[in-house]
Amino acid sequence: MPETRSMLLNVGPAHPSMHGVIRLIMELDGEKIKGVEVEMGYLHRAFEKMCETVMYAQCFPYTDRLNYVSPLINNVGFAMTVEKLLGITVPQRAQYIRVLMSEISRVTDHLTCIAATAMELGAMSVFLYMIKARDYLYELVEEITGARLTISYVRIGGVKADLTPNFADRCFQRIADVRKVLIEADELMTRNRIFFDRMKETGKITQEQAISYGITGPFLRSTGVSYDVRKANPYLIYDKLDFEVPVGTKGDNLDRYFCRMAEMEQSLRMVEQCFQMIPPGPIVGELTGEVMKAADMVDYAKMGETQGLQEIQVDLDPTLQGSTKKYYEGISADKKDVVLPAKEETYGNIEGLMNHFKLVMYGHGIKPPLGEVYFPVEGANGELGFYIVSDGRDQPWRCRVHPPCFPILSALPILLAGDSMADLIPTFGSVNMIAGELDR
Amino acid sequence: MNALEKVQEKFSDEIIETHAFRGDETVVIRPAALLSVAQFLKDTPGLDFNYLMDLTAVDYLFYAGGRVQKDFRFEVVYHFMSLKNNIRLRLKVAVDEKNPEVETLTGLWASANWYEREVWDMYGIRFKGHPNLKRILMYEEFVGHPLRKDYPFNKRQPLIGPLN
Repeated sequence: MPETRSMLLNVGPAHPSMHGVIRLIMELDGEKIKGVEVEMGYLHRAFEKMCETVMYAQCFPYTDRLNYVSPLINNVGFAMTVEKLLGITVPQRAQYIRVLMSEISRVTDHLTCIAATAMELGAMSVFLYMIKARDYLYELVEEITGARLTISYVRIGGVKADLTPNFADRCFQRIADVRKVLIEADELMTRNRIFFDRMKETGKITQEQAISYGITGPFLRSTGVSYDVRKANPYLIYDKLDFEVPVGTKGDNLDRYFCRMAEMEQSLRMVEQCFQMIPPGPIVGELTGEVMKAADMVDYAKMGETQGLQEIQVDLDPTLQGSTKKYYEGISADKKDVVLPAKEETYGNIEGLMNHFKLVMYGHGIKPPLGEVYFPVEGANGELGFYIVSDGRDQPWRCRVHPPCFPILSALPILLAGDSMADLIPTFGSVNMIAGELDR
Repeated sequence: MNALEKVQEKFSDEIIETHAFRGDETVVIRPAALLSVAQFLKDTPGLDFNYLMDLTAVDYLFYAGGRVQKDFRFEVVYHFMSLKNNIRLRLKVAVDEKNPEVETLTGLWASANWYEREVWDMYGIRFKGHPNLKRILMYEEFVGHPLRKDYPFNKRQPLIGPLN
């Protein structure tokens, strides 16, 4: 009998096709993986610590940087947790906008995941097609929020701005484009022998294991469990929408691919339904009636000439678009101690100015009651939960985020064990590790 | 009978406090009862908490919420979910500053493994019986536990090369 020894191989920090920085220490027997040790934390930016040092509203830019492929869902999750703590609900129109933007983000996330996996398996054209489709959606996001990734769009008690004129038409156009790309990609991949063989029966996990590891999202659904936060604990207006939760059977990479493909279609359907059901509201960018430049209004108000200023609409800088009274009130909760006043109020009278200052000054901002809440939303990778402890001040005492890909990564050793070294790439692709939310 | 009442009935002596702020059912128990309560939550029909969804800790040093200083320093917070019954429960265990140690739940839920490592890393709370309790987000050479309230948020610790 010749002596057999296993080999220790260090992978990373970086390569596994660069979804994020991670280090794997693998024990190999020839080409078979016997064991894996995962080392992470290379992108740790102290999200939770920083949230404890700023006011509630200032946490939004940090949440953008958790799952940076679908930042809108993080924004929604954080805002809804604080709203639960405060015990307020947001107007219907804002709820629809939140769902709309979340579902668009979910599609961008799944597109990125599948595109990257396909590219790593050699399907470069699929990657390019899907990233093109993702860009269509980012354009929509950019149009509404003003940014592609670091959007900070959602506010506690509402959203930053209303939809732009003819947004629905452009959205339908883009949805049609994305569907075309999905069909194209489906033809290129689902009937592709190479892709099929690499994905099938690799990275397997059973239902019991997935549950024990606390895995949620498409990863769990690929094992046959139909758990989706949007169905189990419907938030916003998800209970009014008609959608299905696609599930797999085997819990391998191929099933995860199918789940994500099917989920994208469901998300696109949801976006279409939102446009049919959304309560009508004003169109941002349309200035009607008497209009005054913001600087002029401030000057008049400073001199005390506030007579009649209330009826005049303020012409704002494009970065503040949407925060005039006419658009603002339909999309933010009627709570003066939570939501910033419309810009006419801030510029045109002292009460509005004080209200604004009270919300943005340290030690004054939003002050939720004493207590603690946990609120889950369905992120692109699974359940994204925020746990906030309030001590009655304007800063969170503790802000914990439950990142969906953290439990998935912790199950990586059992996903990889027994597979060959080359299977690391499709498995790691379908894990859809996002270092931003994993390491926080 | 909801989950909170079931736990209350079974472990009335071990429970320090319960509340349901904004509908989040919460049980605060004595540390010694953690394993038995967790086992009960997992195995009792009608509860079936098969998910340990989240595990974290809170540091109450300098806490003055409600103008009351808490008489313990840390709280380890468990969020359970039952897939079958679609219910959630929060379990909290108070941990003393002098001997920050609680039992591990790795034997019941595999997800506890990494979460407990994170709590050890961030708060320095030890988990008795954990198979591999080492830092997860920070590097091994890091000194201190960054999420403790007495760790300044702007403190820097440059890492100068690995040890070996």
